[in-house]
Amino acid sequence: MTVAVDFKNVDIVFGADQAGSLAMIDAGATRAEILEKTGNVLGCAGASLTVHEGEISVLMGLSGSGKSTLLRAVNRLNVVSRGQVLVKDGDKTVDVVTCDPATLRRLRQKQVAMVFQQFGLLPWRTVEENVGLGLELAGVPEAERKERVHRQLKLVNLDQWSKKYAHELSGGMQQRVGLARAFATEAPILLMDEPFSALDPLIRTKLQDELLQLQAELKKTIIFVSHDLEEALKIGSHITIMEGGRIVQTGAPEDIVLRPANDYVRDFIANVNPLSVLTAWNVMRDRRDLEHGDNGWVWLDRRKTTRFKIDDHGLVAAAERDGKPAVWVSCADVEGQSEEAAQVFWANPGTSLKTVMLAMHRSQTAPVALFDDQSRFVGAIGIRDVLSAVLRR
Amino acid sequence: MDPISKFMVDHKIPIGAWGKAFFGFLTDNFDTVFRAFSNGLNFLLDGLVDILLLVPPVLLALVIAAIAWLLQRSRPLAIGVFLGLIFIINQNLWKQTVQTLVLVVAAAAMAMAIGVPLGIWAAHKPKVYRIMLPVLDLMQTLPTFVYLIPVLTLFGLGNAPGLIVTIIFVIPTAVRLTHLGVVSVPKSIIEAGEAFGATKSQLLWKVELPSALPTIMAGLTQSIMLSLSMVVFAALIGAGGLGTEINRALGSRRIDLGLEAGLAIVVLAIVLDRMTRIGVGGKK
Repeated sequence: MTVAVDFKNVDIVFGADQAGSLAMIDAGATRAEILEKTGNVLGCAGASLTVHEGEISVLMGLSGSGKSTLLRAVNRLNVVSRGQVLVKDGDKTVDVVTCDPATLRRLRQKQVAMVFQQFGLLPWRTVEENVGLGLELAGVPEAERKERVHRQLKLVNLDQWSKKYAHELSGGMQQRVGLARAFATEAPILLMDEPFSALDPLIRTKLQDELLQLQAELKKTIIFVSHDLEEALKIGSHITIMEGGRIVQTGAPEDIVLRPANDYVRDFIANVNPLSVLTAWNVMRDRRDLEHGDNGWVWLDRRKTTRFKIDDHGLVAAAERDGKPAVWVSCADVEGQSEEAAQVFWANPGTSLKTVMLAMHRSQTAPVALFDDQSRFVGAIGIRDVLSAVLRR
Repeated sequence: MDPISKFMVDHKIPIGAWGKAFFGFLTDNFDTVFRAFSNGLNFLLDGLVDILLLVPPVLLALVIAAIAWLLQRSRPLAIGVFLGLIFIINQNLWKQTVQTLVLVVAAAAMAMAIGVPLGIWAAHKPKVYRIMLPVLDLMQTLPTFVYLIPVLTLFGLGNAPGLIVTIIFVIPTAVRLTHLGVVSVPKSIIEAGEAFGATKSQLLWKVELPSALPTIMAGLTQSIMLSLSMVVFAALIGAGGLGTEINRALGSRRIDLGLEAGLAIVVLAIVLDRMTRIGVGGKK
């Protein structure tokens, strides 16, 4: 995978005494200590993060954690005190921290677009004039500009509104204009600074869905700042959690939920519904950890109610439940099955935990088997595995 | 007198003498320059007045009403402007009104031409504004009569010195309102401009100035109103127009003439004010 944005040991300090603050950062001082000693505000310290092409990388944290500060280093809205921010620019890579003004302008016009929390629309311009802003600044001729603007407005379903002024639109529509403006430049990298935080919950969910749909089509590299973990888990392919200007943990959504790095992250995820992130893969016991009997039989659960006979290719040859032969059925069909005792459900690693639980519910708490995409047996989930994942024990 | 006060008075700082010496130096050495400037300006202003007076008054009133309609797209306003001007013609004050109009419009235009760039500069450089601020305060609060004297000695009598004192008095308002407009541009839209790669001048012309336009236009309206308030003072150093009539009315205690000329100024003020008002950006 190609790297789109690479933060390398980024320190950002706001204030006059840059050298003094950097020395304190090196000594491991906290934000409060630096503020007291130098009067400077620590934006972020020692931040290293790699964002690959096509992924949605979410920066998470409470307000003041430095997430927006780090995001805004990508297009140098915030000046980096030390470190590198490497941004892919066609075939080469540019360090935004040190590049000359002309290069920076070109990056901002063509490579990196931005969506703002407060929309940042120009109130005296119509919707189409707002969407065309980036193209206008880049000197795109009017005819081409009109055509591209129109295409973007269609994409976000605002073509009926092109002649309206921004303030005549609802908040959700204004942010769609903001999205269209960012898409219009066709920049491959998109910075989104809490874009949906100012919207009411219903509209927020709707725009998240729309963003995911557009992303499936456009495959941009998106760096997304959010303070809402549900939002981060929903849209992020990677989540980075920040606290007091430092990165605490980076990982896939389920990593964060299952293996929080410290109490700060644990607090963060305390109110998250694990069912919305966890998959069968995250909770299963590996085949090798299961209790093996004779003749290739494997017990799926600790209570020894259910067992599979596995052949040499890893496929299931026979199943037994409570001592009687049973059939094995895919979780995908769980809704259509009648409640018989003699069936064992199986799932794929990507199946959601919720579906697994439904299958257990239907089969009188029988364990659920896990097959890979060649139908080979890879592991099993017992009721205790589910309970400990949900309770995070 | 107590000894301390006496000591202090005996060692008076000769500010007046310094000022006098400074202006004396200017008149002694650059008299021809100032006079030439003054004559040129007088020629322009008087010429403009003469040309406007060649046009039949009612026709000119119609033209002004048409301009009002073009600016505001409001028929009641255009009719009101026309009626107001007819009232002035009826009072036999047309010539004086045209003289005042030329002076006021020229002063406001000059004040904006100087004040808007200064205001933008001050908005971008807080340090510059900090230095500018006391000078602006001085220009606005120094009693007008005080700078009538040096202007009179440098530029002589006529419309030109009247224009200059008016501009001095009005510039601070143009600067202040432009500064206010530009510094109040929301940070979010400036960042939007920057994030999409605006150059400094693109940022100024496409983001800052459009956003500040309502405030700058309020500055224009205020400049015109303040210029009108100066016509009586300008008349003291020879600027013609309605101010001269009012000064004459004061000198000869003629209530009737004062009332007529005063009302003409009020009408002119209302006309100019309504013509130059613009709505908040985006609504029109």
